[in-house]
Amino acid sequence: MKWMLCLAAAVAGQAALSVGFAADPYPSTYQAMPSSPVLIRGATVLTGFGTRIDNGDVLIAQGRIEAVGRDLPAPANARVIDARGRWVTPGIIDVHSHLGVAASPSVKANNDSNEITNPSTPDVWAEHSIWPQDPGFQSALAGGVTTLQILPGSTNLIGGRSVVLKNVPALSTQAMKFPGAPYGVKMACGENPKAHYGGKGQSPMSRMGSVAGYRQAFLSAQEYRRQWQKYERELAQYRKKKTADSMPPQPPPRDLKNDTLMGVLDGEIRVHIHCYRADEMVTMLDLADEFGFKVAAFHHGVEAYKIADRLARRGVCGALWADWWGFKMEALDGIVENIALVDRPADSCAIVHSDSAEGIQRLNQEAAKAMSRGVRAGLAIPPERAIRWLTFNAAKALGLEDRIGTLEPGKMGDVVIWNRDPFSVYALADLVFIDGAVAFDRNGPHQPRSDFMLGQPFDGVAP
Amino acid sequence: MTFHKVIAAAVAVLLFATAALGAPDMLIRGAKVHTAATPGTLENTDVLVRDGKIAAVGAGLVPAAGTIIVEGRNRPLTPGFYTGLANLGAIEIWGVEDTVQAGIGFGAPAWDQQWRPEFDVTRAFNPRSLLIPVTRIEGLTWTVLAPESSDSIMSGQGAALTLDGRFDATLADSRTLFVNWNGASAQSGGSGAGLYMLFEQAIREARSKNASGRQLMQPAGREALAMYLRGGRVVFNVDRAADIRQLVMFAQRNGMRPVISGGAEAWLVADELARARVPVILNPLTNLPEGFNQLGARFDNATLLHRAGVRIAFSSGEVHNARKIRQLAGNAVAHGLPWEAALQAVTSSPAEIFGMGATRGSISVGQAADLVLWNADPLEVTSVAEQVWIEGRAIEMRSRQSELLDRYLKRSP
Repeated sequence: MKWMLCLAAAVAGQAALSVGFAADPYPSTYQAMPSSPVLIRGATVLTGFGTRIDNGDVLIAQGRIEAVGRDLPAPANARVIDARGRWVTPGIIDVHSHLGVAASPSVKANNDSNEITNPSTPDVWAEHSIWPQDPGFQSALAGGVTTLQILPGSTNLIGGRSVVLKNVPALSTQAMKFPGAPYGVKMACGENPKAHYGGKGQSPMSRMGSVAGYRQAFLSAQEYRRQWQKYERELAQYRKKKTADSMPPQPPPRDLKNDTLMGVLDGEIRVHIHCYRADEMVTMLDLADEFGFKVAAFHHGVEAYKIADRLARRGVCGALWADWWGFKMEALDGIVENIALVDRPADSCAIVHSDSAEGIQRLNQEAAKAMSRGVRAGLAIPPERAIRWLTFNAAKALGLEDRIGTLEPGKMGDVVIWNRDPFSVYALADLVFIDGAVAFDRNGPHQPRSDFMLGQPFDGVAP
Repeated sequence: MTFHKVIAAAVAVLLFATAALGAPDMLIRGAKVHTAATPGTLENTDVLVRDGKIAAVGAGLVPAAGTIIVEGRNRPLTPGFYTGLANLGAIEIWGVEDTVQAGIGFGAPAWDQQWRPEFDVTRAFNPRSLLIPVTRIEGLTWTVLAPESSDSIMSGQGAALTLDGRFDATLADSRTLFVNWNGASAQSGGSGAGLYMLFEQAIREARSKNASGRQLMQPAGREALAMYLRGGRVVFNVDRAADIRQLVMFAQRNGMRPVISGGAEAWLVADELARARVPVILNPLTNLPEGFNQLGARFDNATLLHRAGVRIAFSSGEVHNARKIRQLAGNAVAHGLPWEAALQAVTSSPAEIFGMGATRGSISVGQAADLVLWNADPLEVTSVAEQVWIEGRAIEMRSRQSELLDRYLKRSP
């Protein structure tokens, strides 16, 4: 136990509690693909932090963004790409995907997204369900997606841990795991949990039952945390004045559910909540206050526009669809201006998410719809602002804004070259770089294919 | 005065005039007219509308006194788009059972009269559905209401309907029988081959004068099916190439006029479909092997079918988001389909498929004046419909969603 604690403490670094159960026993083995320096020249560059450079250059070296500007000198060994007439953006980030856990083909055998045996399952981890051979990963890559958060489904109140992946072909999930990315936990409000469990005569049968369910789970986690804190104190005391005959304190029993929720209470695990209605989001913010955690993002939030100011004030992101609505009672008030209105306040964090193996291939088009409708409603949303919905804001929701999401020196070399303005139905990603390496090339050999696609009637990614 | 306000004023005048005097002529002057017919795109062209129909298309048309003038300013003018095969008007909210009227299921066992070709979903159509204004202000003016059945592959009958809000909305000559071949082996004793066995049994029943014993169909069902066995239009929802090919032969052998919907692998049998003159209604965004019937799904399915000479139309299967059909068409263009063909796949081509080519789907003299004036390229996701007309009447460009927007846009953050 002791060596585990030490290891955990080392990994968790300055974490509040040195037991650090949020630490990762299934660590990333991701290795950046080999790359050589690349200078992209003469493109329209959307930096991801709100600026646009016409006729701009981007230099990627050693897997990182080296420089962004005009007329950059080409290093001796650099591949120079003439990108005149083309557009360059940071790699697209999808904060809401079920690729791998609800893989194609969508047969029962491939459905590993919901552990529908108990409404509270913070003990399950999405990464243990992921099939890295889901062909959807490559299709998403062809759409410029370089990073994605895989979430458990929304049938449970607390559905389990999410995992953040780099979108590279791999034989294991560990080899895709974004090194050092914080974990997330998926929670769900509204119709899904109560429809499933209520339908079986179990709790939650109502929204009040759902809130009772979250509260009970977090009460248990609070108690668990107290026990571990007490143990920590006793252990420290024991170590300080160890005598020959004294016995070390006994650690409390581990509990996987409470491990995750304690990680939430400690601020190490980020909270992502599936929630549609404005009133329910407000209740979830109160829940967060009651137990002292922060909500990273509300997902789907078709009514987020009604509380845009409150979300901005609380620093909570809204991860949203451009135009889905009406399929459930709680989705009735969806409007295409949702994202633009959530984006409107200062310090807002609007995100376009997919929740779909089809939609993830065209997040640029989804953003384009939201942008144009916002502009039509009178809001000033130039492309350099809208691109943040797919890049910087998404990185922020994942706690990775210091590593990805913008084209700034030192950030990971995750870059997309589009054949034209990406806010168009006709735009296609020509080249996608992940950590400086060509991950996808529409006109070249780099078009990774899942093992599943081999020998099928059509095994290409992009025609 | 902005363009929008001009339009709004024109609409007000038009509505008043319509109520008071009967519809006056309308001239849309100087638009970029995408006819969705042989002439293709006509720059700076006028379209004259009289009695709800297109009366003239040309340059420099001279309006009679009292004609309402709408300045096109060379903006794109297209025929009204269709919604794809949808449940529009028969569903309000998927998750609210009472509002889902799109199909039937009696829970009948496979051998017990569970085939109901007499079921006609258009009787459930609610022209006041909240979804309809949401859909039509995006430039969609007509729908194909397709039924569903949970008991059998025989979904029942549907038809094309106009979305102008009238109660009797069914469009003439569009009645169609729908058969859901996909993933229905559970309804055929466990094997897709069982579907042919059951279908053949149904055909014998329909043709038999004195059916007795256990039957798949009621007498009304036998009559309904018999009608389609005499050259009726039957839409088969099917994806796998082998099934498509076999179904086409089966349908034609038995007197039906097959239309393929789904068709994820249709490109594999494109030449045969072209020879048999069988149209395909597909979703150009279907590129993943979503099931074992769609392993050959690919982005350029539409392009390959079009090149082979197959008539294509698009459908997303979406109801609330039927407006997504424009995005389908745009993406087909991004993957190689000529722009005009993509426009036709959401206008004139589905009108032809559903028997209405002479009256709807293109901007040609004599056609219903279902028109949309766009601010830019109608297949581009950033474009919006400025004004929609159905049979020459300007649609009020409002919906519950625009009202929600108005309410919350005003609240300062």
